[in-house]
Amino acid sequence: MGILKIRGALLVFLATLVMAGCTSTKTEDESADTMQPMTEQPETVQPAEPAPAPEPVKPSVSTRDTLLFPINDVDTEELPGIFYFDFDQAIVKRSGHAELNKHAKALADDPSLRVRLEGHADERGTREYNLALGERRANAVKAYLMSQGALASQIEVISYGEEKPAVDGHNEAAWAKNRRVQIVYKK
Amino acid sequence: MISRAITLFLFLACIGFSARAELRIEVTKGVDNAVRVAVVPMAWRGPGTLPEDVADIVGADLTLSGRFETLPVKQMLSLPNEPDEVFPRDWRLLKVEYLVIGYLEPGKDKAYRLHFALYNVFKQEVEETQVIEGDSDELRDMAHYVSDEVFHKLTGIEGSFSTRIMYVTATGPVDNRRYQLNIADADGHRVETVLRSTEPVLSATWAPDGNRIAYVSFERDGRPGIYMRNLETGEVQQLTRFEGLNGAPAFSPDGKQLALVLSKDGSPDIYVLNLETRRLRRITRHYGIDTEPSWTPDGKHIVFTSNRGGQPQIYMISLADLSIERLTFEGDYNAKASMLRDGSGLVMVHRRDGIFHIAMLDLKRGRLTVLTETALDESPSIAPNGSMLIYATLVGDEGILAAVSIDGGVKFNLPSSEGDVREPAWSPKKRKIFVPISK
Repeated sequence: MGILKIRGALLVFLATLVMAGCTSTKTEDESADTMQPMTEQPETVQPAEPAPAPEPVKPSVSTRDTLLFPINDVDTEELPGIFYFDFDQAIVKRSGHAELNKHAKALADDPSLRVRLEGHADERGTREYNLALGERRANAVKAYLMSQGALASQIEVISYGEEKPAVDGHNEAAWAKNRRVQIVYKK
Repeated sequence: MISRAITLFLFLACIGFSARAELRIEVTKGVDNAVRVAVVPMAWRGPGTLPEDVADIVGADLTLSGRFETLPVKQMLSLPNEPDEVFPRDWRLLKVEYLVIGYLEPGKDKAYRLHFALYNVFKQEVEETQVIEGDSDELRDMAHYVSDEVFHKLTGIEGSFSTRIMYVTATGPVDNRRYQLNIADADGHRVETVLRSTEPVLSATWAPDGNRIAYVSFERDGRPGIYMRNLETGEVQQLTRFEGLNGAPAFSPDGKQLALVLSKDGSPDIYVLNLETRRLRRITRHYGIDTEPSWTPDGKHIVFTSNRGGQPQIYMISLADLSIERLTFEGDYNAKASMLRDGSGLVMVHRRDGIFHIAMLDLKRGRLTVLTETALDESPSIAPNGSMLIYATLVGDEGILAAVSIDGGVKFNLPSSEGDVREPAWSPKKRKIFVPISK
C-alpha cells in the first residue's frame, strides 16, 4: 500500500514522458492505464489507495504549473524541459531533438495534456525585439512538437523576452542559460 | 476584444511620494568651455523658513546640465537679492560671467511669489527679470522654471529641468522579482510609483499631452497586455489582450492613435489602433519580426525594427501607401530607433564589435555616430528640447540610466540606490507651467 502511494506521487512528479521512456516500470502491472493519472486530476491515483491517496499528491500538482523532470540526461548541466538557443536565433538545436521527441510523444499519446512554452532571450539587444525573439523560439519548439504528433490545441506559447532571466549575470555563461524555451506542463 | 476594453478605474491609490530610491545625478563629461554662473541664495521675505532651497535647486540643475560651472556659495563675497545690490567687481574677481539672483515673498494669489533676475557681470546689466507665483507644493517647480529660463537665455536651447522621466525598476532575485513603473523629476527627485507588479512591466511611453501613458504589463494572468493610464484621474484601460505579443506602444504625434505590435496573425507585425474609434489597422505584413514602431514627427510614417533582411535593421513605412524603405545599413544590429524632432536624424541602439551602444544616424549625410562608450546600452529617449537623450546602461552589475547630449559633448549618469533601473522615457511636457506676472 505504502509503496503504491509513494509511487503515485512520484508518477505525478515525473509526468508522462518519463513513463513513456521508462521500460522498467512497464514490466510491472502498470500499463497504458497509468498514463492517465498524470493528465488531469490527482484523484486518478485512486486505484492505488482510494481515500488518502489524493492528499500527498496534491501539492505537487496544485501549484499552478509543474515543471517536467525527465529522469535520463543526468550528465548534462541543462535542466530538463529547457531548450537553449544561439544569440538572435530561433532554431531548435539538433541536440534537443531526442528530448523534444519525448515531450511530443507524451502529448501525442495523451491529447488531454497541455503545455505552455515560455520563450526567453538574453539581456542583449532591445526589449521588444527580445520579446519577439522569445516568441519565435517558443513557436519553433511548438512547430517541432507538432511535427512529431502534438496538437496545436495542446500548446500555449508565451514570450517573456529578457524580462525573466533564469540567472542573473552579464556574461556569456549567463546569457547562454537565459536564451531558452521552458516547457511547463499545465494542470 | 479591443472594443471591450476594460476600464479599471484604479484611482491613485498606489501613487504616492516616497523618500526612497531617488536618482542621483553624476556628471561624467561636461563641455570644456562651461559658462561660470553664480546662483546666489534667495532670501525669503516671509514668516518662518522655506521647505526648499530654490537657489540650491537651480544651481544643481545648471551644474548637472554639464554646460555650466556654478560658484559655491562659500566663495561668494556678497549675497545680492536684487540687481541694484550687485557689485560687479565682487564677481569679476571670481571670474563669474552671470548671476542668478532673486527673493521670495508670500504671494498675492498663491503661497509664494518669486522674483528673479539674470545679471550679466561683464556688461553690468540685467538680461532677464521675472516674477512668478506658485502653490505651497510648487517650490521645486518654480526653481526648475528659473533653471529653464536661465538655460534658454544663455544657450538658446529650451531647458528640460521641468520635465519628468518615467522608468522601470526591477528588484529582487530572479525567482522573486518585483517590477515598478516610476515617474521622477528630471533631476531625479520626487519619485512617484505608478505601478507595482510581480510580473514584468515594460515599454512605458508618454502621450504627447503628457497626461497619459501606455505600457506593457503581464499583470493579468501572466500574459502581456497594453494598458493606457490617465495620470490625472488614475483611470486605467486595458487596450489589447490578443493571443501572442501585445507590445511596443507608441502614441502618434496628435495623440489620437497608438502604434503597437501584435503577433495574433502569426508573426510580430506593426498595427495602428485608433484610440477614438478603436479601429485596428494592420501596417506591416511580413513573416519576420517587425517591432518597436515610432512615429515620424509629421505622423505620416512609422519607423520600426525588422529582421526581414536577416538581422535587425531600421525601416520606415509610409502610412499612406505602405511603401517601405530601409534606413540603416551599417552594423549587424540596429534597433529601437526614434526620429529627431527636426527629422534630420535617427537615434537607436547599435551594435559595434559585439557591444551595444546608442548611436545617431544623420539621415542627410548618411553618417552614423556612436554616442556612448558604455556597454549594453538600450532604450534611448530624446528630451523634449531635442538636445539630450536618456538611455539605460550597465555600470558594474547594476542597470542605471545615463544621459548624453546629441552632440556627445555632455554626459551624466543617474544611479539609483535600488535594483536595476531601465527603459527611461522623457516626458514631452513640463510638469508645471508658470506664466510670469507683468509688473
